[in-house]
Order: sequence, then C-alpha cells, then structure tokens
Amino acid sequence: MSAALEVLHTGPHVTLQDAGRPGLMRFGVPASGPMDRKALAIANIALGNPLGQTGIEVSPAGLTLRCTLGPVSLAIAGGGFQVALNGVVGGSWQVLTLQADDLLQIRPGPWGTWCCIAVAGQIQSSEWLGSAATHGISGFGGGALQKGQILRIDQPRQIAARNIPCPIFCRPRQHLHVTLGPQDHLFAPETVATFLSAPFRLTPAFDRMGLRLAGPSLAPEAALGIPSQGLTRGAVQVAGDGVASVLMADHQTTGGYPKIATILMDDTDGLAQLRPGQAAHFTEISPAQAISLARQRAESFRRYLTSLAAPSMT
Amino acid sequence: MTLRFRPVADQGLMVEFDHSLNDKAHRAVLALDKALAAQPFPGFAEAVPAFVTLLVRFDPLVTDHPTVQVHLETLLCAGLETVLSPETHRILTTYDGPDLAEVARLSGLSAAEIVALHQSGTYQVAMYGFAPGYAYLSGLPAALHIDRKPAPVRNVPAGTVIIAGGMCLITTLTMPTGWWRIGRTEAKVLTGNPDRPFAFAVGDNLRFEATP
Repeated sequence: MSAALEVLHTGPHVTLQDAGRPGLMRFGVPASGPMDRKALAIANIALGNPLGQTGIEVSPAGLTLRCTLGPVSLAIAGGGFQVALNGVVGGSWQVLTLQADDLLQIRPGPWGTWCCIAVAGQIQSSEWLGSAATHGISGFGGGALQKGQILRIDQPRQIAARNIPCPIFCRPRQHLHVTLGPQDHLFAPETVATFLSAPFRLTPAFDRMGLRLAGPSLAPEAALGIPSQGLTRGAVQVAGDGVASVLMADHQTTGGYPKIATILMDDTDGLAQLRPGQAAHFTEISPAQAISLARQRAESFRRYLTSLAAPSMT
Repeated sequence: MTLRFRPVADQGLMVEFDHSLNDKAHRAVLALDKALAAQPFPGFAEAVPAFVTLLVRFDPLVTDHPTVQVHLETLLCAGLETVLSPETHRILTTYDGPDLAEVARLSGLSAAEIVALHQSGTYQVAMYGFAPGYAYLSGLPAALHIDRKPAPVRNVPAGTVIIAGGMCLITTLTMPTGWWRIGRTEAKVLTGNPDRPFAFAVGDNLRFEATP
C-alpha cells in the first residue's frame, strides 16, 4: 500500500522536517526541525502519529500538491494559512483526506508565517544523522521540496475529517520572555534598558537561520567581537552595527557576536509566526522564572496534546 | 582565568573560563567537556566546546541552572584530568590553491616556503562551527597569519584547505568563504559513516602532508 503526492508548486524554504537532530552542535550541526515546533507536533498527534514524525513545513511561498495515488489523510496545523481542497477554501488547523487527482493548495492567509503538514503514513525521505529534518544551507536531510517531485507515502491511512482547535499558545507571540546575556555585560546599562523597553519590528530579512530585527541601535560598548562560542536557538545577537537578530532553527552553531539576551525556547515558536512589520517586545525574567515558565508551558502543551489525541473523551 | 557561569534562558549555562583567547582556558574547556561526557548529570542535553567557553545545554523539565552549576563545580573541584587522549590525523593535501600567489605576496614568502611551513605545523581541532563539519584548526605557523579577504569568494568547493587569522580549515560544503585557498584534500570531515559521522573529535591533532 502506498500513496503519492506530486509537487505542482513550491518556493523557498518549503522543506521536509521532523523533530530535528539535537545534540550535534559540537560538530557544527544545529538541531533544525520546524520553525514552529508545536505546529508539527500537533499535526502529527491529530493523526495518531508519533510527535516528531516527518512532515512538510510550508513557508509563505506556499505549496500546491496533487494526489496521484490515494487515499491518504493529512493534518495541517500552524499559522492562519489558506488551504484549498479542489478549490474549496478552508484554513489550516484541519484533518482532511486526499483522493487520487485531488488538488491541495496552501497559501498564506490572515496570519502566521509557517504551517506544517503531517501525513497519515510515512513519507519516504532521505535522512542525515538519523533525522529527516532539512538543514537549509547544506540541503542535508529530507531536503527542500522541488517542483515536479513525487512524495511517496508508505502505509497511508484515512482519518476522519475534523477541525483541530488552534490553541491560544500557537498564535503569533509579540511579548517575548528573555533572560539577559550571556553577554549583556558588554552593553551599556542604557542599551540594555532600551532593549527591554523599545518595540522592535520584524523585517523581511528572515529565513530558517534567523530573523533580523529593526529598532533602536544596540551597539555594544566594546566594538570588538568575543571569541567564537556556542549559540542557541532564541539567542538575540547584536552585530557591530548595532542591529539585532534572533537565531532560529538552522542557526550557525558558534559565533562571535555578543548576545544581549536569549529568548525562552517556548516563545521562539510564536516569534516564528510573526510577520515582517509586526512588533516584538522583550521582557526580562530570571533564570529561575525561565525554568518555571518552561515547565508550565510544557504542561499546558502536554494537556492539549492529550485532549487532541482522544477527542471523543470529554 | 576568571571562571563564570552565565545563564542561557531555559536552555543551559555558558561556562566561560576566560574572556579572551588563551591556551590555558581552551585546555580547561576540553577537560571539562571530557569530564562531563564521563559524568553527565540527569537532564544533560549536550555540550558545545569553543575556544574559551563550554556551552552546557540541559532539559529544563528535568533540571535547572543552580543544580547544573553545582554539578559542574564539583567536576571542576575534583581536578580535571589534564591528560587528554587526542588522535592524530594525517591529511594528504594537494597544494595548488588559487590564492597561493596572493598569500605569498602578503606573507613575503615563496609558494614553496608556504607549502613547507603549512606542513610543519601540528594543528588541533579547537572547535567546530559555522557549518556542519567546519573544524577550526589552531596551530597555523605565525608567518602564515593573514587577515581574511575583504569580500568572500563564492562557490568554494568542499575539500578546500583554507587559512585566515591564525586558523586553518577544511571545507565540507560548497560555500562562500573569505579565507585564503591554499590547497585541497580528498579527506572527508563528513565521513558518511553513521558510526563515526565526523572524522575528528574536538581536541584531536592534525598533520598536513603534501600528496607525493
């Protein structure tokens, strides 16, 4: 048994992703995985899949698929995309089934930047270091989708159509929690105060590696860089010209720009869903508060996934 | 050295042995990295060694900054084993890089002297970074220390041996680089072998030898 989907239209940054390949930063390899990690997990759980099964991450470039061999069910979660099945327009956050010759068009909708498609079945894809997550600059992993490509799906299943509730924590997040540092000491106190009080805006300069922000200059006191050191998703690094960027899924693993602050990991999913021009505000929390918030958020997400996995239980 | 632990959101601790480059701090990074691999704490995710820092990432659902800091301080207080056991790798290199002539002009050496000097060094994998398998190699002889180019060159193929500042590197992907291309090698840092996907461990030694 298999199913197949033909890629009729795609664009930059539409890739295969799974939960990523954490633990290899010491070899220059970032975790990759989805920009909005919750979106892929939700889409998978809605189909009864393991949380991190390989799916498709769709960028604002959009994606059009034709089912050449079916049936197979898909779940779409993340962002407020426009999803048209044979021309009938709906939104992301649904489970649907494709029959042979069905056409699925995904386009940016009212909000959000990334959505994920999970498949009831296994997408055949190449792996690198045990993961199908696509690492953008190398193309290693499952890879970016190409026009004309056929995605083969082993053991396709059909799941009853339904809407997936979009939880509030999956909305774009403009208020971001940060701990200061690890190099806040290289910035003047007024600069740190500016960082924590001024609004910043996302710019069109974004990809899977990171997002450049527009706002007041945050130039560090010492213009020189620091010895290159390990980086994390969520790091807010400031280049010599005072422009801040946030590192995301495919970030470089080391770098010498000072980091004024680091965003709570859970907030980076909501940050990814902001669009260029939208404002972002940074609020300082202590490391202990960061741990406590991470645990609260993980518990809320776990509860949501549990209810999603058992929709008939009320 | 001034040891500092700097929190990194809910993800980890940056252990900073010093704020500027020095060998003693780098040896301490490698030693703590080794000790941590031998005695990880519950919730340990990964450690990322760099020149003077070790980034220690953890699972915030399992542990927290103070607990991890105590574990690391215990390892440090126990006295880190200073005897590391690096492997030495021989890298056969064809010294025909397109930048040899310019490196000769900038260094005041002949191409033959550059090639001999480059082979005379014992290099150490100081850290990986920038891209998968990009191993920063310290130990470049001082006469070959040249600042990087003002603008990068595009489409530099994998397997190019490049130098800049005090570092040498073997590229693993086709990428732009502002470093100086002095040679090429068939040696693969990304081995394709699932049992050992990266040819070198951080701390390993390398010797370059001209292909006969």
